[in-house]
Amino acid sequence: MLGLITVGCVLLITIYLIISGLPAIREIGFVKFLFGKRWASTAAEPEYGILPFILTSIYGTAGAIILGVPIGFFTAVYLSKIANKKVRSVIEAAVNLLAGIPSVVYGLVGMLVLVPSIRKIFSVPDGASLLAAIIVLAIMILPNIIKVSITALDAVPEEYEDASLALGATPVETYFKVSVPAAKSGIAAAVVLGVGRAIGEAMAVMMVAGNVANMPSLFESVRFLTTAVASEMAYSSPGSLQRNALFSIALVLYLFIMLINAALNFFLKKDKEK
Amino acid sequence: MSKKRKFYIFLMRSIMIVTTAFTAILVLFLLAYVFIEGIPNITWELLSTKPSYLEERIGILPDILNTVYIVIATLIFLLPLGVGAAIYLTEYARNQRVVTTIEYAAETLSGIPSIIYGLVGMLVFSNNFGTSLLAGALTLVIMNLPTIMRTTQESLKTVPQSYREGAFGLGAGKWRVIRTVVIPGCLDGVITGCILSIGRILGESAALLFTAGFAHALNNFFTGLRSPGATLTVALYVYAKEEGEFEVAFAIAAILMMLTLLINLSATLVGKYFAKRKNI
Amino acid sequence: MSEIITTKDLCLWYGDNQALKNINLAIPEKSITALIGPSGCGKSTFIKTLNRMNDLIPSVKITGEVNYKGRNIFSKDTDVNELRRDIGMVFQKPNPFPMSIYDNVAYGPRTHGITSRVKLNEIVEQALKDAAIWDEVSDRLKKNALSLSGGQQQRLCIARALAVKPEVLLMDEPTSALDPISTSRIEELILQLKEKYTIIIVTHNMQQAVRISDNTAFFLLGDLVEFGKTEKIFSQPKDKRTEDYITGRFG
Repeated sequence: MLGLITVGCVLLITIYLIISGLPAIREIGFVKFLFGKRWASTAAEPEYGILPFILTSIYGTAGAIILGVPIGFFTAVYLSKIANKKVRSVIEAAVNLLAGIPSVVYGLVGMLVLVPSIRKIFSVPDGASLLAAIIVLAIMILPNIIKVSITALDAVPEEYEDASLALGATPVETYFKVSVPAAKSGIAAAVVLGVGRAIGEAMAVMMVAGNVANMPSLFESVRFLTTAVASEMAYSSPGSLQRNALFSIALVLYLFIMLINAALNFFLKKDKEK
Repeated sequence: MSKKRKFYIFLMRSIMIVTTAFTAILVLFLLAYVFIEGIPNITWELLSTKPSYLEERIGILPDILNTVYIVIATLIFLLPLGVGAAIYLTEYARNQRVVTTIEYAAETLSGIPSIIYGLVGMLVFSNNFGTSLLAGALTLVIMNLPTIMRTTQESLKTVPQSYREGAFGLGAGKWRVIRTVVIPGCLDGVITGCILSIGRILGESAALLFTAGFAHALNNFFTGLRSPGATLTVALYVYAKEEGEFEVAFAIAAILMMLTLLINLSATLVGKYFAKRKNI
Repeated sequence: MSEIITTKDLCLWYGDNQALKNINLAIPEKSITALIGPSGCGKSTFIKTLNRMNDLIPSVKITGEVNYKGRNIFSKDTDVNELRRDIGMVFQKPNPFPMSIYDNVAYGPRTHGITSRVKLNEIVEQALKDAAIWDEVSDRLKKNALSLSGGQQQRLCIARALAVKPEVLLMDEPTSALDPISTSRIEELILQLKEKYTIIIVTHNMQQAVRISDNTAFFLLGDLVEFGKTEKIFSQPKDKRTEDYITGRFG
């Protein structure tokens, strides 16, 4: 029976989120909730449209991926194929440290280094913005991308590489034209994992994104799905429509995550079949 | 070799070196920055007192204790559940379908963001036990279940089947075999899982915000469990975001950074230690 | 017949362990040379030296010369990638890339800078024909190479090696992982390839050496014991050790 505990937990979370998330959606209206462009939960005539949060989460995650994946990918190829043992173990330890740093620490450094620099460099009134969040998220997903890609690249059979070298390809050509394609589903899994982590991160984003419910724009203060929940939960009163709407946001976030999970499983399965 | 080929090789090599260097420098920068800003602010007074508005003083002793309490409380629940579930999966479960479902569920759990855990923890645990360290700990138990299950399972798989057969062959019962052969065999996985979980608990904040709250009261273990309290990470968030006390925030960040280093180091050492023992 | 590869006092060490001892050998052009000998005798090490695949192992040290068309392949001005294009290699275990059949064969020419679609098509077709596998795969060039049978995969690997137009083909026990029928097809193919290429084949199977090779070299513990016409070696070996080996007294 003990084994079923994980299944129980998943069911518990799913059921609780659905039960607490649905009422507000029903009250506000499905379309108005998902595609409403204005969120003003504390106004005299409150409005609950979460399109800004959805789009911010999508843009923010996409930005983090665009920035983080290439860096992580090339680092992984270097560490897996070229770096000598010593360099590899030192940098891997560094990457593990990066993975272990609490998100609030990223948030803190982001608040005091990134946000002021963005304000100065781009001369915008406030550096707390989507861009700041994207950079912090890109750094936070880096260790996942690197570690999972390395595992996939290490698993490429040496025979493939030998065959390529024997045809007169150089090592670098071999790594990018044979090893990387052979590890592509593993690398895809790394990217999806990164997407999952970026879309689910709350605290670090809360500290650098400014937290205003604007439609997403690079230098504007924005709110993600996660931070929308986190920032109002503390002062919404239980049972109010405002709090219920927050649960609905969590439900939407949860659906996103389930979608990503399904994608991840697809890639991992494909990797196993080979 | 053609110019085009040479250029391609040069380009790819350069990109790889630049990105790897970037990663290394990033880590160095983070470490240096947090330590330089944080360590000078770690004073004995900060570590040994609780905050007081009267004396205009901030102390993080309650937060340190809360962190210790929540780690202990989480592990007390987590270990039997996680290890038990892993043993059940590898030693008892016959039905492949059940095993796949459970593993799929564990994977799903590990992909759920902590803010969602925080919400559900608030609904399920805080509504029953009040906003308290206990509610926070129970939330963390669910979060860390997949980790400890996975590490335990992985090490169970390395216990050779022949050991089990040998013990069964001597007429030992199932439970006896598990106690004498299987559990010692998975010790390394359990310890690794514990270290990883402690690391995650130390770093967690979003899941604790609404379950354990952010009080800074000084309590003993049992009162502490029943009352709300901020862990170090939550305290960092509150001091940085809500109160603008960046010096304290950096002091906490430096402490957390040191703990992360310590955790990673011990995970590596434990891994090495057991790898050596298994080879003999 | 002229000699395409000659070695002079070739020695090779793995760390402190000497795997090749003063090998002097001259391999005639457009012929099949079989390398035989018990496991660990240095024959695989020897052919991997000829296209410098041993460069990849950090602990390897080499002295002496290998001359390909009269030039030492270890000299500084040798481009190892050009060398490997001229001296192709087929491995023990079929190792097609996990890509389509077409992409497998086109990989080499693309690496060496051929981008024209028409030209690539031509090369791929010719290589597959030369490797006697065209008829079996011409209708599914876009299919994954891993879907082929073991014997087909090995012929595909031969096609892949031929596509870069090498002069020499090194084969490291190319049939040891295959069933008898696939083996005989590959042997037939090797005999056909002799017309255009110089082939050096490592084999464990002495019947195979007799069936296909013109010359045979017998290696033992890193020494080249005997080298000569295959009929000669198998009918009247000069060295006692060769005789013992081919009559099955050890190995």
